[in-house]
Amino acid sequence: MADFPKLLTSRYELNESWLLSTVEKHGAYEVARKALTTMKPEEIAAEVKEANIRGRGGAGFPAGVKWGFIPKGNTKPVYLAVNGDEGEPGTFKDRTIMERDPHRLIEGCVITLFAIGGHIAYIYVRCELVKAIRRLEDAIEEARQKGFIGDRPFGKDHKIEIYVQPGAGAYICGEESSLLNSLEGNRGEPRLRPPFPAVEGAFRCPTIVNNVETISSISEIVRMGGKAWSDLSRLPRDGGVRIYGVSGHVKNPGIYEAPVGISMRELVYDLGGGMLYENRPLKAVIPGGSSTPVLRADDVVNAPGENDPLHAWQGKSHLDVPMGADTYRALGTMLGTCCATVMDNSVNMVEVARNLIHFYAHESCGQCTPCREGSAWMRDILDNLCRGKGRKEDVRLLVEIANNIMGNTICAFGDGMSMPMLGLVQKFYDEFLEAAKNGVPGSPLGDSAKELMLGSGA
Amino acid sequence: MAFSLTPELEKLVDDLLTRYPTKRAGCIPLLHLCQRQVGWISSEVIDFVAKRLDMSTSEVKGVVTFYTMFHQRQVAPNVIWVCRTLACEIRGGRLLQKHLEKRLGCKVGETSKDGQFTLLSAECLAACGQGPAIQINDQYYENLTVEKLDKILDEYAVENPKAATVTK
Repeated sequence: MADFPKLLTSRYELNESWLLSTVEKHGAYEVARKALTTMKPEEIAAEVKEANIRGRGGAGFPAGVKWGFIPKGNTKPVYLAVNGDEGEPGTFKDRTIMERDPHRLIEGCVITLFAIGGHIAYIYVRCELVKAIRRLEDAIEEARQKGFIGDRPFGKDHKIEIYVQPGAGAYICGEESSLLNSLEGNRGEPRLRPPFPAVEGAFRCPTIVNNVETISSISEIVRMGGKAWSDLSRLPRDGGVRIYGVSGHVKNPGIYEAPVGISMRELVYDLGGGMLYENRPLKAVIPGGSSTPVLRADDVVNAPGENDPLHAWQGKSHLDVPMGADTYRALGTMLGTCCATVMDNSVNMVEVARNLIHFYAHESCGQCTPCREGSAWMRDILDNLCRGKGRKEDVRLLVEIANNIMGNTICAFGDGMSMPMLGLVQKFYDEFLEAAKNGVPGSPLGDSAKELMLGSGA
Repeated sequence: MAFSLTPELEKLVDDLLTRYPTKRAGCIPLLHLCQRQVGWISSEVIDFVAKRLDMSTSEVKGVVTFYTMFHQRQVAPNVIWVCRTLACEIRGGRLLQKHLEKRLGCKVGETSKDGQFTLLSAECLAACGQGPAIQINDQYYENLTVEKLDKILDEYAVENPKAATVTK
């Protein structure tokens, strides 16, 4: 198995890795001390910009650029909101940071607050993650006792407070403007932009919203310098290492740290240990959370033009294209959170669509009509298709509804539900037509699910 | 009857409200505290929160109805959330749910006859790499099979003698 150096997860395996007494012996808060006592805020921000770190929450926006959007000459308080509302189906990486190395996140908050001129960070965590919330709260208290946060962190005259804010069970609150509404005590409905949060965010003040993993990377970026961090990646303009996840039908599901730009083949077959059952090959993989359109194992890159961004992989499997924000966009999908859901050939893709659309129909906040109504219509259509009550026209209708949602909603949820639906229909069109004719017989979501649950004798 | 928090929890509220520039921002954490005390969000709880945070009852109700984790009706002392989303389901989540329904004698969304368990369906618990997963109250249980689940419920019944349904 490939062995990549560990930066973000280096302390995961330590005994009681969530305690300050443990991680302090392994470098925790060294960088925060150095940053606050010897660096200027703009020097830190410059390193982060040079690091080319793209947001780890799924959208992939360059974090350093985002920090730069705080208006010059701003006189209002500046807030940091850390997005720990991890709920994108397939994604389970941020939780590991919060549970196993909460001090890495808190150190990142301290450095970031100093760099952006903020004094308060809210770490917004979905309330189901009780263990993560408790560990974070305890870690904040430990850091306060040590004087790493509070009125004069590391003796610096720059007050820093960090609070954990619980969510209450709403996927949409992982959308940054919805998160801010929720933080303010409202229904978690997304806001129209502009203004963007960096200009007018929490409590109508400039607010930087970053993912847990992004903020947890800050201390390593500052430690090694932005250039060195960027060079860890195999890709240009998309720097560093990140935490990948792999779930579904692989031998070793879990999280793995690796450079940006490894291929899906490496993630599934090297890190994930390969397919679970030898006789059931890989059929499809959802690359980075349910909103990222599916990849087919047997698809090959068709990019004959020399200027095509994928030309270098002409004729190769989609699985061999490096996982980067730009390369994956060129493939017609998205990198998302880099937590892949792997499916073997026992899985019916119409069932996959049905499963996911139930999620989206439940989680649509209801603010925009196309999303609220469209998600429910697609759910009903897919239920009918799976039950054998569908019609051939239903497949076309699915596409039509999805196309009518795209681009017609306040936030990206509508696109995030429509793109994967369109991807599934497009790439597995025959299966949808077959379902329209005969439904989806057999056990839901395949024989592997059944065997895993009941044993091979089932 | 009017609702009020226990003095210990009330102290937490005072501390909580120092964290934000507005009172209203305490709404969700305060609702969690109330639910911790009485198990669900009654109309009395809504009145209490509204008064405490200078909000209207309709605003608080709007918040409560938006979020899945606020129970709008009474639930059993133990709540089981079973994940139904893709990564769990392709590893057998739906069969796990069926087994739970059989063992508790109630469907998803219902409470077992002995009143000890409410079974609810969860959207992605962020445990995809350890699926299938369920949550019982504050605790996650991962990498489950029917066999492992039975063991967990058996142990649970021993520790919680009132939970008669799961003792078979």
